[in-house]
Amino acid sequence: MTMPQLPSGACPGLAPGVRLTFDKARDRWVVLAPERVLVPDETALEILQRCDGTRHLDDIVDELASAYSADRSEIEHDVRDLLVSLIEKRIVTT
Amino acid sequence: MNLAAELGPPLAALLELTHRCPLQCPYCSNPLELERAKGELSTAEWMRVLDEAAELGVLQVHFSGGEPAVRRDLPDLVAHARRAGLYSNLITSGVTLDEPRVARLAQAGLDHVQLSMQDVDHQTAAHIANYPGVQGKKLAFARMVRAAGLPLTINAVVNRHNVVRVERMIDLAVALGAARVEVAHVQYYGWAIRNRAALMPTLEQVQEATARVEAARERLRGSIVIDYVLPDYYARQPKACMGGWGRQFLNITPSGEVLPCHAAQTISGLAFESVRHKALAEIWAASEAFERFRGTGWMPEPCRSCDQREVDWGGCRCQALAITGTAVAADPACALSERHGTLRALADSASSEPAPAFTYRRMAPPQDRKAALAATPT
Repeated sequence: MTMPQLPSGACPGLAPGVRLTFDKARDRWVVLAPERVLVPDETALEILQRCDGTRHLDDIVDELASAYSADRSEIEHDVRDLLVSLIEKRIVTT
Repeated sequence: MNLAAELGPPLAALLELTHRCPLQCPYCSNPLELERAKGELSTAEWMRVLDEAAELGVLQVHFSGGEPAVRRDLPDLVAHARRAGLYSNLITSGVTLDEPRVARLAQAGLDHVQLSMQDVDHQTAAHIANYPGVQGKKLAFARMVRAAGLPLTINAVVNRHNVVRVERMIDLAVALGAARVEVAHVQYYGWAIRNRAALMPTLEQVQEATARVEAARERLRGSIVIDYVLPDYYARQPKACMGGWGRQFLNITPSGEVLPCHAAQTISGLAFESVRHKALAEIWAASEAFERFRGTGWMPEPCRSCDQREVDWGGCRCQALAITGTAVAADPACALSERHGTLRALADSASSEPAPAFTYRRMAPPQDRKAALAATPT
């Protein structure tokens, strides 16, 4: 399994113009972006809530691996996979 | 449970703060009969609308127009939207805002700016907007937006005069630091129908532009998001207009009328309600105009039995009306519409002739308005 590539030392954060917010009317979290509303699944939400632009990618992976008592390399793969796709969509920036 | 309750609240609201605008683009999405300043909602009324929208469950508001920045209260409205928890987007021509006002908007909590672009070529841009020097002002504005730290989308409107330069418009968006560019062919309602022959590109031009956009997407992957809107007249499948009538979106005119789409007033016989007289939630849930084409119950064939009926929701009602004479018909952009050939023939004949002069978007003197409306070809 190849790891999706991200810059080393990356501290992912939400891109300018993107907000993660709780949607009271529909009782769910949403990502608000230009002309887009995304509804993250549970895993994506756990990752996005940690993307504050200060936390290091490795720390995010460590936190999630311990929170879910899961295999670290599997978690790392999932985190990187999601972040690479969200960076391309300009939802996340590093 | 009725359909509106099942659907839930709208995701987004487009607020046309005013129909006043310094530009006169011949494809303007505002109605032919433009509303005047004296009928516009007051600051307090717009603030109440923002509160009601947030309470209802709207997540994003688009401050639009006309040119929304001609309203001096724009920063106050943006700040109010922010306090209400709404995501705010400014859709602007960029020609009236200076650096201090851009800074005030950023401080007020504006989330995003969408700048319209007529062309990369300064002379053609000035001709399309009927505004000398328009492009220079837009370039300066784009830089102010980025300097204020606001994210930017460039909205490039494609027509026969600029279609050969789509790639350069995308490259300009990148150079200006936009994170996103919308390359949108003109959609033909209202002013654009009046100017159809002056705007319509040929099929070959559209295909070439599409290929160039696709190539730019590959080339610029990761550096800019490119959204591309094809012209219906050369399509085979209709768009899910507004994500379906009364499903996700509402539009409020300068005087407070609540519409399912910005062109809905072209459909005669639909009664619209105003935020001046009724709560937004009530209008969304129960007004006749929203209920009329909501869901699939209103559909005749070929939509009724089509497996795409909950994908495209029958396409655009205003286009069905403009081309077939009845708003209840299938959108003629659909290959299954009996009038599909008409749409294509209109495009072919419009684009094969030399472009006539534009009829610029402007407020007609009151006595001329009826005549202007009657002169609209269909």
